[in-house]
Amino acid sequence: MAGELGHFSLILALMLAVTAAVVPHIGIRMGDRRLMALADHLVYGQFLMTIAAFGALTYAYVTSDFSVVNVAANSHTAKPLLYKISGVWGNHEGSLLFWVLILTLFASAVALRGKELPLRFRARVLAVQSALIVGFLLFIIMVSNPFLRLDPAPLEGNGLNPLLQDPGLAFHPPLLYLGYVGLSIAFSFAVAALIDGEVTPLWARWVRPWTLTAWLFLTAGITLGSWWAYYELGWGGWWFWDPVENASFMPWLIAAALLHSSIVVEKRDALKSWTILLSIVAFSFSLLGTFIVRSGVINSVHAFASDPARGIFILAFLAVVIGGSLTLYAWRVPKLAPSGLFGLVSRESALVLNNVLLSTFAAVVLVGTLYPLAIEAMGGDQITVGPPFFEYATIVLMSPLVVALGFGPLLAWKRGRISRAMQILLPALIVALVVMLGVTWEYSSGYIMTAFGLALACWLMISVMLEIAERTQFFKNPSRAFARAKAVPRATWGMSLAHFGVGIILLGITVSEAWTAEKLVLMSPGEKVSVEGFEYEFMGVRPIAGPNYTAVRGHFRVAEDGKHLVDLEPEDRVYAQPPMNTTEAAIYPLFSGDLYAVIGEAAGGDKWSVRLYFKPLISGIWLGAFLMVLGGLVSLSDRRQRIGAPKGRKKVTAGVEA
Amino acid sequence: MKNVSRFIPLFVVIALVALFVSMMGGDRNPQEIKSVLVGKPVPSFSLPSLTAEGAALTEADLKTGEPMLVNFFASWCLPCRAEHENLVLLAQEVGLPIIGIAYKDDPKKSRRFLDELGDPFTKSASDFDGRVAIDWGVTGVPESFLINGDGVVVYRHWGPIVGDGLARRLLPKLREIS
Repeated sequence: MAGELGHFSLILALMLAVTAAVVPHIGIRMGDRRLMALADHLVYGQFLMTIAAFGALTYAYVTSDFSVVNVAANSHTAKPLLYKISGVWGNHEGSLLFWVLILTLFASAVALRGKELPLRFRARVLAVQSALIVGFLLFIIMVSNPFLRLDPAPLEGNGLNPLLQDPGLAFHPPLLYLGYVGLSIAFSFAVAALIDGEVTPLWARWVRPWTLTAWLFLTAGITLGSWWAYYELGWGGWWFWDPVENASFMPWLIAAALLHSSIVVEKRDALKSWTILLSIVAFSFSLLGTFIVRSGVINSVHAFASDPARGIFILAFLAVVIGGSLTLYAWRVPKLAPSGLFGLVSRESALVLNNVLLSTFAAVVLVGTLYPLAIEAMGGDQITVGPPFFEYATIVLMSPLVVALGFGPLLAWKRGRISRAMQILLPALIVALVVMLGVTWEYSSGYIMTAFGLALACWLMISVMLEIAERTQFFKNPSRAFARAKAVPRATWGMSLAHFGVGIILLGITVSEAWTAEKLVLMSPGEKVSVEGFEYEFMGVRPIAGPNYTAVRGHFRVAEDGKHLVDLEPEDRVYAQPPMNTTEAAIYPLFSGDLYAVIGEAAGGDKWSVRLYFKPLISGIWLGAFLMVLGGLVSLSDRRQRIGAPKGRKKVTAGVEA
Repeated sequence: MKNVSRFIPLFVVIALVALFVSMMGGDRNPQEIKSVLVGKPVPSFSLPSLTAEGAALTEADLKTGEPMLVNFFASWCLPCRAEHENLVLLAQEVGLPIIGIAYKDDPKKSRRFLDELGDPFTKSASDFDGRVAIDWGVTGVPESFLINGDGVVVYRHWGPIVGDGLARRLLPKLREIS
């Protein structure tokens, strides 16, 4: 019954969405405010209907209703409740429904919170957003119906891929989808602005909090995914440059570029057409990601079971949405007023540099991801583009970005003086050089890149701190620094936090890549192995029974300088349904790095194959990402206050921006 | 300049869509790893025969002047079981000589497998340690190689010959060379 109600709600949502995609435009053409205002209510209606459908599917999962194909294929009665629920979005059909849920959620948020948007413009935005919803709902109803019935119903379901039965992965897809779909709002704003043929600084201020929200979720989602890979896949890697990882990384890069370019639009009324283009491209990359995952055109560990009909549908949808919006862009962009001018050395040009580097990086990642496909299409050999390509691109493109990140915030708008900025940052440069020379001296040849990476990380972190000191006049007038710090807008603190986070990530990557210690050994109980001064004593293994798996749990006592430090208990799990092995690494984070232990297979004669690592400073990657998210949240809290202010129309001259 | 540059994003997208369309047509499987052996002569090898005690199968047996199929199989492999009736069909109806090579399989079990399902092979051999399969670039069983009269690999069939794989992939290739 619930299934049919869910299906029916989807059809109702589709009808509401079709209406909402058309009626507001008619209202605007006729100048009828009631028709325009109808958009809000239609959007709320779509949201409620989608919630009903999503609720119906969740209900089917929680009650293990195997008469629904989707539940039978992806769930199992013995699964813990959390994974029954996360199973809802752990498959193709359910995840699409989740997409639509978030699309309508964001649309409703615009309707609800967008009272300060002019009615005309809000109606346009919601109509564009509804058109996107129509596309996705058609996709679900036509080729990916999650409510299909199975008769007779099986007694037991197939179960969820055990690798996905993990708290980190339960929340990784929803966060990522919130990010992907959040970018749809920037897209809708951009298309609405193109239709109206007008982009104002106010437009940038409206669109920025939505971009920031989407970027926050993307950051959190990507981080959670890489953290999961780190502790679940059992060999200590955290990023693989897999096509689907790249597919989530490209919108992130473009969203980051968009965040920065919209500041220029807001503050200086420049870079308008570029910002509009970024808004379109960011969401296009989100769509490309869904296409790659679902079409089966590229081989990836993340791919859903693919179906040609679905691939064709998404491709057609992709072509209409992206092709349509870019055609609109090419047609309308000459109407946008010419951009404001700025000097070569200025905050604007620093932000332009940021944009050029971030978008180039996204383009390079795109090329690397699709190059094998293009070569194969032209009848060439099958090739893969591996990490060396992407790592090289990262170093070449991100190093200047980090350097610019150091002094960019210190430059003045319109026309800055590089000498003044340099004066303030001289200490940062000196420390960076000293660290670089120190490491080069210590290790000569092979560690040049490590030295370089460390120097960049130091440069960035110290620059951020010096910039804060400069702003609060910490050195010139320490007694008043605290009072000044309180007066600094939250958005600025957010910027500093996020930039500092980038520095910490860089530090974590550089140090852990260079100095990770790894031991692959066969151990029998009582044996001791030393890794980087930590002594691991293998105490033996014992069997464990989980709700839907059995496991072998190894026990290590780790001691440092003869003193007992911690017990590590890695597991090797065998799931019953579907039958599959997973490793659960045991990780103990120390300030200096992570202790990481994996238990492998029995090697006979009481011996077990064991992998032990010490990964110095690797937590920096996740700590840094956390700081970026935190910085985004802080900045967002500032925005909310400003946006909420009813008389915020005058140009606000609050110092610096993130 | 400005007039052209605003169309660039659109051109890029059109090119990408064209790329995707071209790669989604047909029955391309992105998980398939293409064989580098196609167009090259078969590697030299010598394996003990499965059925004839003491005899050996070598690459000379593959250069008979007529096309033949080399099929890597194993008794422990379920998809091999699934494709077996098609192999029997190929041998009996089409009259294509098929060489069977049992991959990492106990010869006793391979023989029992052939006794149970019928033996479509003109000759068969046992690659117990899987060394020859490595030379052939076999990625898994079953895998079949179509060879022309000169012992040159013309086509590699990846996975079991089931469904319309026989009619749509293997037989057209066979027609090309015979």
